Amino acid sequence: MSARYSWGGDEFVFVELAEEMSLQANFKAMAITKLLQAERPDGVLEICPANASYQVRYDPDVLEPHGFLAHLKRLEERVGDALGVTLDCRVVEIPVLYRDPWTTETQMRFRDRHQDPGATDIEYAARINGYGSVEEFIAVHSGSPWFTSMVGFVAGLPFKYQMVPRDRQILVPKYLRPRTDTPKQTVGYGGCFSCIYSVRGAGGYQMFGITPAPIYDPTQTKPDFTEHMVFMRPGDIVTFRPIERDEYDDLQAAAEAGEFRITNRPVGFDLQPFLDDPDGYNKRLLEVLA
Amino acid sequence: MTGATTIEVRKPGLSTTVQDGGRSGYYHLGIPPSGALDQYSLACANALVANPPDAAVLEIVYMGPELAFTGPATVAVAGAAIAPKVNGDERPVWESFDVAEGDVLSFDYLKAGARAYLAVSGGLDTPVKLGSRSTYALGALGGVEGRPLAEGDVLPVGADRGSGSARAGLVVPPELRPVLAKEVEVRVVMGLYDHRLTDRGRATFLDTEWTLTPVADRIGFRYTGGQLETVDREPPFGAGQDPSNIVDSPYPIGSIQVPGGVEPIVLHRDAVSGGGYMMVATVLSGDLDVVAQSAPRTRTRFVEVDLDTALGLRAERKDRLARLHAALDG
Repeated sequence: MSARYSWGGDEFVFVELAEEMSLQANFKAMAITKLLQAERPDGVLEICPANASYQVRYDPDVLEPHGFLAHLKRLEERVGDALGVTLDCRVVEIPVLYRDPWTTETQMRFRDRHQDPGATDIEYAARINGYGSVEEFIAVHSGSPWFTSMVGFVAGLPFKYQMVPRDRQILVPKYLRPRTDTPKQTVGYGGCFSCIYSVRGAGGYQMFGITPAPIYDPTQTKPDFTEHMVFMRPGDIVTFRPIERDEYDDLQAAAEAGEFRITNRPVGFDLQPFLDDPDGYNKRLLEVLA
Repeated sequence: MTGATTIEVRKPGLSTTVQDGGRSGYYHLGIPPSGALDQYSLACANALVANPPDAAVLEIVYMGPELAFTGPATVAVAGAAIAPKVNGDERPVWESFDVAEGDVLSFDYLKAGARAYLAVSGGLDTPVKLGSRSTYALGALGGVEGRPLAEGDVLPVGADRGSGSARAGLVVPPELRPVLAKEVEVRVVMGLYDHRLTDRGRATFLDTEWTLTPVADRIGFRYTGGQLETVDREPPFGAGQDPSNIVDSPYPIGSIQVPGGVEPIVLHRDAVSGGGYMMVATVLSGDLDVVAQSAPRTRTRFVEVDLDTALGLRAERKDRLARLHAALDG
């Protein structure tokens, strides 16, 4: 796979590392942007890694564009295939109430925009992915970890890529037309990505459930947000833990009282051993939560 | 001047927000730059009242607020043609004037353009969030509680000082004011995913006279007028089935995405930071001011320039700002 470089007007360089999504393309994006972040040349304003691409906003009055582009190409060469890169990550546990009343109610208001108005979003996703029941589908969605390959769209919204071989990945189309409403902290799905809606608003991803864990706090009053108003970081390895309504209510009350903290532990993540044995590697990764 | 002046919001206007030069360094977390959509008019308004160029002001869109001052201040309006009024008496746009304790500032109806900037000597002193006072409403961040003004809000005025002292009667020379037109040209650098367009699709993009729809806010400006032909392909893994889908990528500020090949959207300073629709061009940073002053129905042509031309135009804009400051400072 060879990268494609493009100008985004007079202030952006846009780099597509691969046309299709893969963990390896994401790793390259992360590795290159980390190198650039460490150098932080004068004139670099924003460094945004994404799923299989990245962009940099820079001041062309400070950094000569053609020389800067050549430098980015050298960083790409240094990173190479990214197989030898170790990323410092966190393993993060997100409790999820699947099939919750709030996203279900929202789904019902937008049935005319859905592929299968007679089914719920999760029933539809389970069926088209060949699972016999929603329970089985939930077991799969919560049964392997997810790699945060991009944060964005709106403030603090993580895109999560399933850490299983491609032939086992869940694929679900987005709504036919986007909704104008999505509850805050909805666990959603579109294409090959799971996401958590950080704020209430428009959205086109299918809605599977809701988490009581706040992931964005612009007031910075909650305990996980004293340093940053955004919790999720590119590279966070997320595992979804199914919970029942009673536990949801308890955790939600704790979150509102400012007492809930998201369980997380630091880990180093290496791409090659993961690709060699995803299931074994995931199992070892998640042991840090035990 | 007193530092204790505050501004009481009697009527909020349509969607009036506190904005400044914007914030930088958080776009990778989905937090866009925000700030005045028309940065040149922001600089004009601030220069008229001897504020630093990126001090916090009110961005007024289509319909102005009604504001009561608790103390004296020098103020100025720049940008859209929406005349300010002090206690009902009209004052000019592009010129500084004084208000006294108890004065009420309101606005006439909009005659041209879309967004006006009200600067107050000393700058608005709402809390700084992530390095800026700018309102980012989608993320409930900055400004007044992260939202547009509401009736009853009280805005503190600060003591920010530029190079000179504020006085009434300063005027932006007419040749340094932007032209507010119903038909505009917006210069773009083609690129990003423009290879998804056929030659014909690309020609349609550049040859069409697009019309701005009412969907024109701080996040993005949507245009109507044509259908862009795309190249056939087998969708790459993770992109989605529609020919306009891509694996979700970052969106440059000013990038023009074309979902479904229809209705291009120019992302502005409250942009969604990424998504899965092909972008085919990026508006020059300086021409985002032109987009900002476009009201719905504005007829718009996207004109292709190469990067070197874009950098030349950027230098011209810088020179224009230098002439503005030479005319008003000191």
